[in-house]
Amino acid sequence: MIDYRVFSLRFLKVWERNLVTYRRIWKVNFITPLLEPLLYILAFGLGFSGMIGDVKYAGLVLDYTRFMAPALIATAVMWNAFFETTYASFVRMYYQKTFDGMLATPLSLEEIILAEIVWSATKAVGAAAIMMTVLGFLGFVAFPSGLMLLPVALLGGLALGAIGMFFTGITPTIDMFNLPIFLFITPMFLFSGTFFPVSNLPVWAQPMALAFPLYHLVEMTRCFALGASDTHPLLSGLYLLLFFLVFGALALRAMRRRLIT
Amino acid sequence: MNALIEARNLIKTYNGVAAVNDISFTVSPGEFFGLLGPNGAGKTTTIRMLYGFSPLSQGRLTLFGQNITTHWRAIKNRLGVCQQDNTLDPDLTVEQNLLIYAGYFLIPAAEARDRAAELLDFFALGHRKDAKVMELSGGMARRLILARALVNRPELLILDEPTTGLDPQSRHQVWEKLAALKKRGLTVLLTTHYMEEAASLCDRLMIIDHGRILVEGAPDDLISRHAGRQVIEIDGADVALRAFVAENGIEMDDLGEKVIVYTPEASDLHRVIQEKFCTERCTFRNGTLEDVFLRLTGRELRE
Repeated sequence: MIDYRVFSLRFLKVWERNLVTYRRIWKVNFITPLLEPLLYILAFGLGFSGMIGDVKYAGLVLDYTRFMAPALIATAVMWNAFFETTYASFVRMYYQKTFDGMLATPLSLEEIILAEIVWSATKAVGAAAIMMTVLGFLGFVAFPSGLMLLPVALLGGLALGAIGMFFTGITPTIDMFNLPIFLFITPMFLFSGTFFPVSNLPVWAQPMALAFPLYHLVEMTRCFALGASDTHPLLSGLYLLLFFLVFGALALRAMRRRLIT
Repeated sequence: MNALIEARNLIKTYNGVAAVNDISFTVSPGEFFGLLGPNGAGKTTTIRMLYGFSPLSQGRLTLFGQNITTHWRAIKNRLGVCQQDNTLDPDLTVEQNLLIYAGYFLIPAAEARDRAAELLDFFALGHRKDAKVMELSGGMARRLILARALVNRPELLILDEPTTGLDPQSRHQVWEKLAALKKRGLTVLLTTHYMEEAASLCDRLMIIDHGRILVEGAPDDLISRHAGRQVIEIDGADVALRAFVAENGIEMDDLGEKVIVYTPEASDLHRVIQEKFCTERCTFRNGTLEDVFLRLTGRELRE
């Protein structure tokens, strides 16, 4: 069990450290979430949707671009959070020895790791906010319900940041991240109802998709962008919260085992 | 006055192997205490237990009268640590490294700025405050690590090989700063491979090997106890000399080509050896801490 006293608001100082470094490079990082949805909408809307026609989802009949657009926000949340707590955290932990330096201060390891996960969720929220604005202008996000996408992005970011941090805790070298990306992230990216409804999957595969955190994130983004979804947002939200708590605890355990010797 | 560090029977095992094996020592406020030993002797392991990084396997460790296992946060708040690795934050500038680090101690921003300015000035880094850490020379980076370790005005400074890998100029500059800090009454615990550094800075030191304490004491006492005041290095020593030394029970290290003889203070033997056996080349010098170290830990390579 984890002693609750290892947590305090001091973790915000580590979060702040990441914010300070991010401010130097935010202009570059701004471009991806700004342009990516435009590219996808352009490619799928112009090139693809004519070939497939409408999609039946949650009792609605949607043209393909409309169906797909909210999922772009969800996948951006996933990439931002997961990459931050895998590659970026690994560099800070292993190459830059930033965590070692922090561990000589009154910070606890748990606070450092929590801050990294919260920071990854923060980046995810930032990306979601930009994409929400762009897609909103294009008419793919309904307002004011669309504003709910921000807390949804935070929750999704925490869940995916936590599992990323768990992989960082157990991966021996930075190249090995290819493995969770190939075995976990890519299938999740493709089969979470992102580009086609989960109901198109064979019946036996559908429960597997339901276990993906991205599935629930996509469901919630559709719920608040379109006003309808297959699952109840509260249940999806609870699933993401649970996912964050479970993998957050596993990440802390793995990192403690890795760093405290 | 109570001890600032009180270590009782510290044991640290990794996979059943003891890296630190029953070490006890105390450090008093204001003391400059050295921890010496060959590579793998257990210095860094000991230090990591002291600043709460490694949990103890066994034993009891109190700093400022508080138990490190239960009061780690309060203790760490009063410590300054200069780790062996460069743990400066390469994503930040020189000044930001101090400011952000001060944040980890919850020092208010305005106060942190004052302290950063003061420390950068003390360590002659003021002109580089906006530089990236990567652009600093080895000596500057080490001074910045020291400055960072002082940002919370620690009552105990823990230094793990603060001058390893520095050029002589930088090393002397670090020594100067450490001597100045010592003068201000700061308590310091230092590990080093430079015996000259330990001898000149430390009030008291301890040599450890294989996780155990070999000796402890003031540098001068250790030298007279374990090396003697007078040392003669004799090149091309012959059988006669070796016989003479053995006969008189003189301490000696036999390196084959060369023999090092440790003669007791105020004895005739010193003169006799000089007259009788210094046929080729003899070096007369004072005993040093390096003699003590090598005599106690042996001359075999450790890596």
